[in-house]
Amino acid sequence: MLRWALAKILQTAAVLLIVSVASFSLLKLAPGDPVELMLGDDYSKESHQSLMIQLGLDRPLPEQYVDWLARFVRGDWGTSFVSRTPIFQYAFVEALPVTLTLSAAALGLALLIGIPLGVLSAVRKDSAWDAAAAAVSLTGSAFPSFYLGILLIWIFGVAFGLFPTMGFVAPWSDFWAGAYHLVLPAITLSTPFMALIVRITRANLVEVLEQPYIAAARARGEPAWRITWVHGMRNVLMPLVTIVGLQLGALLHGAVLTETVFSLPGVGRMITDAVLNREYMVVQAGVMMTGCLVIFTNLAVDLSYPVLDPRLRPR
Amino acid sequence: MAVRDLSLPDRDALRLPRLLADQLRSRPFFVIAAMVSLTFLFAAVFAPWVAPYAPDFQDSNALMAPPSAAHWCGTDSFGQDLLSRVIYGTRYVFLIGFSSVAIGAVGGLAIGLAAGLTRGAVEWGLMRFVDAILALPSLIMAIAFISILGPGVDKVIYAVGFAMIGPFARTVRADVLQVRAQAFVEAAGLMGVDRLRIIWRHILPNVIFPLAVQATIRIAEAILVSSALSFLGLGVVPPAPDWGLMISEGRAFISIVPWISGVPGAALALLLIALSIVGDGVREQFDPKMRTNR
Repeated sequence: MLRWALAKILQTAAVLLIVSVASFSLLKLAPGDPVELMLGDDYSKESHQSLMIQLGLDRPLPEQYVDWLARFVRGDWGTSFVSRTPIFQYAFVEALPVTLTLSAAALGLALLIGIPLGVLSAVRKDSAWDAAAAAVSLTGSAFPSFYLGILLIWIFGVAFGLFPTMGFVAPWSDFWAGAYHLVLPAITLSTPFMALIVRITRANLVEVLEQPYIAAARARGEPAWRITWVHGMRNVLMPLVTIVGLQLGALLHGAVLTETVFSLPGVGRMITDAVLNREYMVVQAGVMMTGCLVIFTNLAVDLSYPVLDPRLRPR
Repeated sequence: MAVRDLSLPDRDALRLPRLLADQLRSRPFFVIAAMVSLTFLFAAVFAPWVAPYAPDFQDSNALMAPPSAAHWCGTDSFGQDLLSRVIYGTRYVFLIGFSSVAIGAVGGLAIGLAAGLTRGAVEWGLMRFVDAILALPSLIMAIAFISILGPGVDKVIYAVGFAMIGPFARTVRADVLQVRAQAFVEAAGLMGVDRLRIIWRHILPNVIFPLAVQATIRIAEAILVSSALSFLGLGVVPPAPDWGLMISEGRAFISIVPWISGVPGAALALLLIALSIVGDGVREQFDPKMRTNR
């Protein structure tokens, strides 16, 4: 067990190393001279040279990489040229919580609505309800999220004026205002996941409900809700946790677009703006941050299997 | 589920209308979705003949005009005909979709084969490389590539293609491992058949087909990511009639002229839904694992 966990952690470390090398190369491969970018149009050869030395750009690449990684781990991510603030503050302290809040709201909404819909489809398999849910979930999973966001803005924001269409209010400072502002973005981001959760829940529950132990529970005369929700759902939990864990990447992918549509100051908007402004250090920080987030979640999902399901405990 | 009859259909069934009617009865959604996708493809190939106007023709008498007899889907803020732009836009959609999936499939085949055929440290390293690619969401990865490459149609193709290598590599490797464990491969090895020949004659043919199925399924994803890039302003450069770009241009006018975003958005949504139904159908047909649990 310990050996298995250590092997997993070693794998994760290797993946982190590769992602960090890739992020580092991003800055090196980026077009343009970073020193020129910092100095502007008018500079002397000496100041160029001295800034090169000051930034350590004259040293060999491996040395620069180790130096960069050490600073990154300590939270020294450089300074943004545009906003003149430390990138760590901008990316980690300001943008990341916005993206995480949005993602959590979307995921919560998807689970809250998706699971009951999936259960209903499985229990009433092959009914008209099941067919309708399948059609809706197929549409939901294929629908481009940025277009859905625009449609929601048009219908609920502009035509009916029910919800705000842009901006972010932190729910931890004003919960209700925050939630109110998050309604449309959360619906936009959650739609594909809701569709996925309906499909996964239905498919797995249909299979589980055919098992002999369910028939035995029925024969004992247990109530239907108990059979579905207690006996049945326990075995649907595993695939659900796996999918939800592995979908974090897709969630962040959707967050990039949702943030742009609703003008939320999150990581996605940050990366997009940074590319447009040619701020490669911010792009790099964003790439590192999302990479680490996905990698650590995957590790957590992997390590949680033996806890969730005793049969999967490695010997 | 019903066991599909794999014997050759009789001559009568080979006639196209009959075949279509049969298919339409057994899987109506698949047939409709396939027809919708083919219509888009047709529009892409024959755009100059199908579209009522040139994509950049500006009708100064009809700025932001609502749908009418002259402009079936209305016009945008430059007076350009939206229907014509959407029709020309299908060319970008399919060009980027097909090319980037091709790049992803070829790259994934190379890495997946290498990872599946090697053992020990090399395999371990290659798999961690694939994990690293998969750790970044495809859109964020594509954005990172665009930040190095710059905007433009060809750059979008590379960026989306590179971002798709990871998922392809992972499935190819899984298939290679499965084929390699089969008795006929082992037998060939024991008979002293050359290693490269085994790969070429026995492993590759068994990997290519599932890869092709994967590729059909992933075209929709490539189209979604590329139009998202254009929507963010990082992909195809204006004034090209790219759907993502058109949706983004219409955002500013959403409260007064909703059709500027609405028309290209509806086209994108329709095509993606159709392609995903086609993809599901193809997978169901050819993936034995999928066939059993229906």
